[in-house]
Amino acid sequence: MTGPGPFGRFPDAVEQVAAVREPKPPQRARRGAGKLVWWAVFLIGFLYFFVPLLGTFSFSMRADPPFSAYAVVIDDPQFAGTLFYSFLIGVITIIASTILIVPTAFWVRLKLPRLRPYIEFITLLPFVIPPIILVFGLLRSYSEGPIPLAGSDFGSNVLLVAAYVVLSFPYMYRAVDTGLRAIDVRSLTEASQSLGAGWFTLMVRVIFPNLRVSLLSGAFLTLAIVVGEYTIATFLARPAFGPYISLLGGNRAYEPAAVSLISFGLTWIAMGLLALIGRQSRQKIQIAGAH
Amino acid sequence: MTFLTLTGVQKRFGTSVAVQDFNLSAEKGEFVSFLGPSGCGKTTTLRMIAGFEQPTTGTITVDGIDITHRPPNRRNIGMVFQSYALFPNMTVADNIGFGLRVRKQPKDQIRKRVDELLALINLPDKGGRYPYQLSGGQQQRIALARALAIEPQVLLLDEPLSALDAKIRVALRKEIRSIQRQFGITTVYVTHDQEEALSLSDRVVVMSEGRIEQIGPPPEIYNFPATPFVASFVGTLNLIQATVVDGPTARLSVGDQEIVGARPGTGSGQRVTIAIRPEAVELGETGGTNRLRATVEDVSFLGSIVRTRVRIGEKEQLSFDQFNDPSLSASAIGETVTVSFAREATLVLEGRASADAAIEEAIAEG
Repeated sequence: MTGPGPFGRFPDAVEQVAAVREPKPPQRARRGAGKLVWWAVFLIGFLYFFVPLLGTFSFSMRADPPFSAYAVVIDDPQFAGTLFYSFLIGVITIIASTILIVPTAFWVRLKLPRLRPYIEFITLLPFVIPPIILVFGLLRSYSEGPIPLAGSDFGSNVLLVAAYVVLSFPYMYRAVDTGLRAIDVRSLTEASQSLGAGWFTLMVRVIFPNLRVSLLSGAFLTLAIVVGEYTIATFLARPAFGPYISLLGGNRAYEPAAVSLISFGLTWIAMGLLALIGRQSRQKIQIAGAH
Repeated sequence: MTFLTLTGVQKRFGTSVAVQDFNLSAEKGEFVSFLGPSGCGKTTTLRMIAGFEQPTTGTITVDGIDITHRPPNRRNIGMVFQSYALFPNMTVADNIGFGLRVRKQPKDQIRKRVDELLALINLPDKGGRYPYQLSGGQQQRIALARALAIEPQVLLLDEPLSALDAKIRVALRKEIRSIQRQFGITTVYVTHDQEEALSLSDRVVVMSEGRIEQIGPPPEIYNFPATPFVASFVGTLNLIQATVVDGPTARLSVGDQEIVGARPGTGSGQRVTIAIRPEAVELGETGGTNRLRATVEDVSFLGSIVRTRVRIGEKEQLSFDQFNDPSLSASAIGETVTVSFAREATLVLEGRASADAAIEEAIAEG
């Protein structure tokens, strides 16, 4: 050594640090390869989602003139009618499902945590039991007997909502349960009780507002499912959007593709709304959850 | 006048007993702390006062009215939680005013009260903020204001400072005590931090395994621990095994050396535990009439104090603190020294019953 250099008495240490900081060529190559794989996965995912859409779009454009399939669909009064009906049923389903699921999930989390696996299992049943079984069960139980609902329009609508509420279980319960996990349910409940609030005030002023984002995600998933549902609506002879698409598919060539894309666009708008509303309150909920 | 009373309160969860035979009478405006390690039943007792748990047996009264079976929202008891439990969807002002809105008070009255409380906790301009925009210390002050807004008869605090860092903890501790005095509100404070309990309280209830070990003012708890548990949990304490030589004259033997205990006892020959605070022991013969020969085992330099650990006889150990004095040299390990302490500092712990008697005697004397 020829005396203290620019780094004083520790030039070796500085060199060592520099050596550590300098990325070695093999590392850089590995990182490059990692990036390539990431892009490849992204590309495959992108193609997987968008190629069918492009195919559907290009097929719908074969009609002459090019956008006539869309014009026919939008002009058809049945399109708006069935879509409105399905959206309305969807909204009623969401309200009914929320009223049923939120207090249940809240109570299970607060007082009956041991029941959670069983409730989760029950909410997953719609994935296991096909809708056809569900609708046959409903028809057999409610066509006659003490509650003959299937005989009237109103009764059939009630049955449809009831069936959709069951279909919404997995989405709503999971969303609400995740939302409840993010807030300190027990402390918030006890805090509001000690301040004099009863169960109703607690639910309306504390629990529901803090579950807004979770409820929205569950609600939009439910809406997407209800709007496109075919089996139950058909068997209950309801003028819903799912049977309409199917009917259109049987009678027309290009219009079903146009309807699919329009409903897909509507779903995306719904998702966009979710993201927009969610962004406003997400930060609040997340930080509250961290404490 | 007794304001809050718990009589024969017991709580069982299945087969395990969380709290047993809990009896307490707190005066109006008194600050009582429940002190004990985790799982000692202090929080369960607090939750029974709040109404979140139902006692298996026993009664709880506030101002002469039995509230044992009243739901929590009809008790008028304010509570502050360790996790703050502020409503994340509400602003600070809405949080503080929540209890008043539930009571359907006029809006302008709520606003006035919220402003008063915000000024009281020194956060007058934070009413429009959301809880997540504030620090932990600020959130806990708001939780305190929220609990006070409803003018509760009793205020409960469940380890309110545990989630905060040391400096804020000390500052907020003082603030809590000063606000409590200002409101004259009967307060129960749960903590596992003995410094908190001793510095804040009018009386401390030391608990272990669901039972009350001792109830008393902080100096009494510290100076006259009733049971070996209290002695070991509150402060640092030397516990030494000794044998009673002669009860009436309080003569005891530690190994082959004889000392005199603080109070006369009975009998002779039985094994007892004696407790001596480190600050009561001195190196040399100036500390008092009790003297023991010992061998230095360890010397720790802790800044302002030097802690020395010595061995007496075969296995008994004794630690003591000396103020750091640069002019004195520390003892060498292995050196034989004499330690001394006053007779009054030599507390004999014989077990629960006689220790309780000793405390009663001490209260009667003092």
